[in-house]
Amino acid sequence: MPLKTYGNTTVDVDAEGYLTDFSQWTRTVAEAIAAEEGFAALGPAHWKVIEFMQKEYKENGQVPSIRRLNKSGVASTKELYELFPGGPAKKAARIAGLKKPEGCV
Amino acid sequence: MEDKIKKVSIIISKGGLEGVYPGLIMANGARMEGIEVNLFFTFFGMDAIIKKRMGRIKVATVGNPGMHMPSLVGILPGMSAMATSMMKKTMEKLDIPPVPEYIEMIADAGGTLYACKATVDMFKLKKEDFCPQVNSIINVGRFYEISAGGHIIFT
Repeated sequence: MPLKTYGNTTVDVDAEGYLTDFSQWTRTVAEAIAAEEGFAALGPAHWKVIEFMQKEYKENGQVPSIRRLNKSGVASTKELYELFPGGPAKKAARIAGLKKPEGCV
Repeated sequence: MEDKIKKVSIIISKGGLEGVYPGLIMANGARMEGIEVNLFFTFFGMDAIIKKRMGRIKVATVGNPGMHMPSLVGILPGMSAMATSMMKKTMEKLDIPPVPEYIEMIADAGGTLYACKATVDMFKLKKEDFCPQVNSIINVGRFYEISAGGHIIFT
């Protein structure tokens, strides 16, 4: 299993850079992954999405889909694509320390 | 490493749920990967963007070998409605949205939707007959111009 060091934290990741052990996730790690994904900074709107995804994952073991995020009122589809350009579900999940979304939708 | 796909133009030409969904899933999935998407609706695939029709698209129970149902059974009244309702329930469980919501989702995700000029003329349709997500009515030539530099997928 590859290791990745962000600042002074070392985390276990899979081949695509998704954390494999959520207990290693910290906000600092999230910010470092975001920087790697090309984000200048994470604002309150990003954090709202990230925290909701983590809560959903904790509750039902699944990374929520864009549709679920949209319906939950956390962020609309348009906002999600603006907040996380180039693949909102994938990028937000990676920053949130969750696994890569498996669904097709 | 191979170059990533950056742009796709997807043609949806077939009617019925089984005709329309594959293209919609591929279009939305492409946007989720950060791929630029154009969707071109033509012939009976156009039902997916016609306001009056988009919410009522059914699955074909006659002449559809994939249904594993003898056509004689498929012609029974209510059979298509029943198959459609079963399919919709399964899709809802899988988080696949109904057609109108899917169209909205793809447009909100930044996909661009076009209606085919030849079909519009043939069925005597007007811009007002289409859902607001439709960008414009274009001819084949324009479709190729728009698709330049990307991949074309025909469904």
